Amino acid sequence: MSYDAWILLIGSLVGITCGVTGAILVLRKMAMIADAISHTVLLGIVLAFFVTQSLNGLPMLIGAAIVGVLTAVMVQALDSSGVQSDAAIGVVFTSLFALGVVLISFIGDNVHLDVNHALMGEIAFTPWDTLIINGNSYGPVAVWMLGGVLLFNLTLILLFYKEIKISTFDPAMAISIGVPVMFIHYMLMTMVSFSTVASFDSVGAILVVAMLIVPGATAYLLTDRFGMMLILSGGIGALSAFLGYGMALTFNVSISGSMAVATGLIFTATFMLSPKHGMVAKWLRRKQLQQEQQKVSA
Amino acid sequence: MHALQVNNISVTYEKQPVLEGVQFNIPEGTLTGIIGPNGAGKSTLIKAILHLIPRLSGEVTVYGKPYKQQRKLIGYVPQRSEVDWDFPTNALDVVLMGRYGHIGMFKRPNKKEVQFAYECLEKVGMKAFANRQISQLSGGQQQRVFLARALAQDAQIYFMDEPFAGVDAATEKAIMKLLQEWKEQGKTVLVVHHDLQTVRDYFDNCLLLNKKPIECGPTEKVFTLNNLEKTYGGAISFLGNSPMLVQKG
Repeated sequence: MSYDAWILLIGSLVGITCGVTGAILVLRKMAMIADAISHTVLLGIVLAFFVTQSLNGLPMLIGAAIVGVLTAVMVQALDSSGVQSDAAIGVVFTSLFALGVVLISFIGDNVHLDVNHALMGEIAFTPWDTLIINGNSYGPVAVWMLGGVLLFNLTLILLFYKEIKISTFDPAMAISIGVPVMFIHYMLMTMVSFSTVASFDSVGAILVVAMLIVPGATAYLLTDRFGMMLILSGGIGALSAFLGYGMALTFNVSISGSMAVATGLIFTATFMLSPKHGMVAKWLRRKQLQQEQQKVSA
Repeated sequence: MHALQVNNISVTYEKQPVLEGVQFNIPEGTLTGIIGPNGAGKSTLIKAILHLIPRLSGEVTVYGKPYKQQRKLIGYVPQRSEVDWDFPTNALDVVLMGRYGHIGMFKRPNKKEVQFAYECLEKVGMKAFANRQISQLSGGQQQRVFLARALAQDAQIYFMDEPFAGVDAATEKAIMKLLQEWKEQGKTVLVVHHDLQTVRDYFDNCLLLNKKPIECGPTEKVFTLNNLEKTYGGAISFLGNSPMLVQKG
């Protein structure tokens, strides 16, 4: 496969993985917690590096999942002991992230992990970091990581589809019929942590938030069905990767930055033009109503 | 036979007692109105019974067995304002959620379940709105969808949190018709209720509550001026046959 094709594949996998998972967060009004987790997983990655002395995928996933869930647990704990929930997120997220930033400076220069990389990622390098087993190359590590996480997330979503849906729409009823809502909550937090780590190399901690939240927020404007919203959100994520790469090539700018900008552009276009919830459609409907009213009164 | 026995439920919220030693029994096949002033803990009581909020103490038995073993017999209709009506789903889908407790983990609703959900919608006069996005429904229609979902749950005991709040007269009638049907089928219904004037017409059983249970029993025995004064702290008087809340002093 050509270099461009790998970039597009990796970008699309980031878009789909984050898009599908993020759409659920948007519905649960937990966009801010996605922001928090996407930053605190840095601590998990650094800790995993201290334990294993390598930037190997699996330990990083585990470290990130632990810190990601820990973030959610700590936010919940502060929240239920009387701290305002947005302040709780702010406190937990900045302290854990800062700890990660401090610890990262203990890592030597020879290791490819620094704050800049952690924040911004660099998808341009990912195709060259290939998975090599017994001297054979099996394509970029990022593809395997993202593909694995996507498969993992999709499996959980399909298995617990009903439970995710009802605990998002009506948590009280969900508890009353015996749905383990806390388990679903932490399962989603784990999925977010995994998605973030897998996307880390490519887009970094800040831009991954765009991939998690914006496609979901866009899909919300386009459909009235839960399942459809997840599918659309993944599709919009992938579309952003293509559009972003095109923009990056045209203007010779950062690829991951362009992909995040693309999500914003698609959102803006949808916000204006969506047939049901868009500004233009709303304006037209209002105009039509006004005209009808004028006819009646005339 | 008691459908529901509640033993010594206490709930505190940030050290403030909300419910203290609430204890009562509900006979099978009754319509019970849970009556009390604002802040009396009516909704809290339902939530504590259903394990939706942590409680300090208390036991709930349903048909003589612990609550957790009898979950499938319980139906819950939350206050309409407690869910997000902008959630991307339609009326039929919400009704299908009533079947989730019966379907079991990892499975999807099959054709029979969907058929049943349609029948439930038809019963509350909402079949034509099956595919309507739920935010496009009026308050009364949303309450009917909740009612259809309760029907789909096919429970033995229903807990309803202010089902009459903000609904039109037709919907109120539809709800009462359904409650009467349930009663005739031997089902037991507990309803958090605000309108004192309709209590006598709607409920054959009453639980008067103000943090503690004041009185629980058949409406004609329990729903008296004396008991209402105890419940509402004296700010009450009867106009003809129906009680009215009046300003004190």
